[in-house]
Amino acid sequence: MLKCNLSQLDNLFAAVAEAMPLYLPTQGKNGANYTKWQSGAVWSNTCNTQKGPKDLFFPQSEDLMAFKTQGKSIEIIDTRNEAEDFAVFGVRACDVKSLEILDRVFLSEPKDSYYASRREHGIIISLACNRPTENCFCGSFGIDASSPNGDVTCWLTEDALYLRANTEKGEKFMALAAPFVTECDDTAAEAQKEKIGKIMARLPLADLKTDAFGGGKTEEFFNSPQWEKLSESCLGCGTCTFVCPTCQCYDIRDYKTNDGVVRYRCWDSCMYSEFTRMAHGNNRNSQKERFRQRFMHKLVYFPENNDGVFSCVGCGRCLAKCPISMNIVKVMKALEGEQNG
Amino acid sequence: MQTVNTQTLIERASALLKDGTVSAVLGWKRGEFDYDMTPAVFTTEEELSAGFVYNDFCGANLSKYLLKKTREIQGKILVFLKPCDTYSFNQLLTEHRIHRENAYVIGVPCNGMADIHSIRKITGEGIARVELTDSGLLVHTLYDDAPVAVSYEDAMADRCKTCKSKKHVAYDELLGEEGDVLDSHRFDEVAKLEAMTPDERFAFWQGELSRCIRCNACRDVCPACTCEKCVFDNPDSGVENKAPGGDFEEKMFHIIRAFHVAGRCTDCGECSRVCPQDIPLHLLNRKFISDINKTYGEYQAGETADQRPPLVNFTQNDPEPSDVVKGGHDHA
Amino acid sequence: MSELKQEYKPLIVAFCCNWCSYAGADLAGSNRLAYPADVKIIRVPCSCRVNPMFILRAFQRGADGVILCGCHPGDCHYTTGNYYTRRRMSMLFSMLDYLGIERERTRVEWVSAAEGAKFAATMNDFAKKVASLGPNKRLEDLRCKP
Repeated sequence: MLKCNLSQLDNLFAAVAEAMPLYLPTQGKNGANYTKWQSGAVWSNTCNTQKGPKDLFFPQSEDLMAFKTQGKSIEIIDTRNEAEDFAVFGVRACDVKSLEILDRVFLSEPKDSYYASRREHGIIISLACNRPTENCFCGSFGIDASSPNGDVTCWLTEDALYLRANTEKGEKFMALAAPFVTECDDTAAEAQKEKIGKIMARLPLADLKTDAFGGGKTEEFFNSPQWEKLSESCLGCGTCTFVCPTCQCYDIRDYKTNDGVVRYRCWDSCMYSEFTRMAHGNNRNSQKERFRQRFMHKLVYFPENNDGVFSCVGCGRCLAKCPISMNIVKVMKALEGEQNG
Repeated sequence: MQTVNTQTLIERASALLKDGTVSAVLGWKRGEFDYDMTPAVFTTEEELSAGFVYNDFCGANLSKYLLKKTREIQGKILVFLKPCDTYSFNQLLTEHRIHRENAYVIGVPCNGMADIHSIRKITGEGIARVELTDSGLLVHTLYDDAPVAVSYEDAMADRCKTCKSKKHVAYDELLGEEGDVLDSHRFDEVAKLEAMTPDERFAFWQGELSRCIRCNACRDVCPACTCEKCVFDNPDSGVENKAPGGDFEEKMFHIIRAFHVAGRCTDCGECSRVCPQDIPLHLLNRKFISDINKTYGEYQAGETADQRPPLVNFTQNDPEPSDVVKGGHDHA
Repeated sequence: MSELKQEYKPLIVAFCCNWCSYAGADLAGSNRLAYPADVKIIRVPCSCRVNPMFILRAFQRGADGVILCGCHPGDCHYTTGNYYTRRRMSMLFSMLDYLGIERERTRVEWVSAAEGAKFAATMNDFAKKVASLGPNKRLEDLRCKP
């Protein structure tokens, strides 16, 4: 375990940023978000960022390739840039887990080279949550907010940051941090863990259970009469999907420029009427069906195909952001209640 | 604090359900916390007493739901509307999007709605409980801090701080007293922007709109956005897009969105309320309202149900575009 | 290439109504009145056919200035179309100005079928104004740039 006094933290950031781009949460007009560290940037410890670190690995919109026409010939241009090493600091346990979930999608064969390249070069420096919020329910998905994964794990106390490297990539980061840290034992980090554990236990959503869900439950829930009620006021906007750190659906489109075509992909939302539109039209025509798709995917379909892993990490962003305050917690409670009742 | 309480509304709704005046009730439903109310339809007394709520967190404007619900539900729907919501209701009637006879409107007084985001800015994250007391809100956090007292004024949503009217412009019955149209100073922020140089204005909007993630919440919640198929969702329109492809598309979406509701926007402020990225979208709408007022005479959309919106109207003596906006830039 | 770059010539899109302004442009042509070749005319049935999106998309596709020409108020072939245009464009241009986009990049001008000279003069003047602003940067779409 290494210790960095908070007075040294900015120097540590500066040293890392010297070697590679460093992203960390800073306060903006709409709350904390990951931004690239620049001299004078003030790191924000707010739990949690408005959007997760997903954008750094799977941006909302990215060019895949371009075509240029000249006379009768078409030139195909590979617009890919091999990613360079970069570091992301202050990633919470839920968001670290969300990247592991995205890995299941993008790193299974055939691998998504765009994502894989960024993932390979990104160093995740995670941070235990000293102040989880009322919207947090990561515990329900077996995530320990006091002890996140990642290449480096950090704990913050009142006067110092404690760091522990978990991987080879993490060691790379630690080498950069070396001038600003000293060796120490685990006592302070363990005490912090315990403190966090106590708050976790009294979170309002601490008792949310996932037992009722998982693979093989499609028939049980698909035709539930609850969907009608749950989705009745859904606006059909894409807020929940776009702030979700695990939503991974995208659309590939061609944009006709003045002298060619740019093929790009961008996030798509199952809440949109044009989602998975096919030649025959759309297979989910009502908001109820779209709404059901989102939650069934997270709670049933995804675990069915991924060894029981849910594609929700309980980060609580959809709870905080939904314009009508309908969210996965309300859905889970309603469906579970039905099962028990 | 609201002057009408949940129980009064439940009793009135139950009575109307019972005597058959209405077949369903459109209201707000209690959530997991003290502040996360969801718009919902209630059809029985039991449902009402189990979940119906009206308090300082019932900011959602229910009028747009009538569009869908009046088509789905047989019989009249009872809808509770706050003063600003009644303007949206009238506008929907003006455009023949809903039929008056399908709705039974109860006007509920509103003292301004609290907004959890405004509260969080004061108390920080981790709100365990919000107590609504006579003197203000008492916010308890999850941590060991002492509860924070927040005044109703500070807790209010920004749009309510410049409330334009406490008057219900449409209702079948009214709970409480009839309110007045207020002198809201709601165009002050627009004037502030107008006073900036074009470069400053450009920088301001570039900064705000670049946060847009195109979730379309502003459009989807807007009671004036009632197209069956929005041009931005239509694959044949040539402008359909699921993510903003750069600065231009961010601007185009928001200019067109605001333009399409210009003259029809009642300034209910829902667009800014729902924006997950905190973009002050109402400042675009208000610019149009302010320009229309100045150029074509005072006009409040939704004030009555039979007005002709200014952009589908004209006079022979309207000023030329070159006289309406002179511009003037500092980088020629 | 370098020579071309030295003298900046703005690309102008001119929406002209079929009944007056397009005929005005025609007259300018047959009278051999000079106006910049970089003015690209798009014929529309009526000035009121021009949706704000047309204006924005012209900028997106590389226009540096957009001008809209129609019949004089009172002379609309469809009686009242240009009155609506007048209100709409007043509001749209004001909004563009509000967003900090140069006011001089957009214009509405009424040109009758008999006003070939006015058409040419308008285009010359507009092109000059837009040229003085330089390339459109504030409403550009980088994907459409060469």
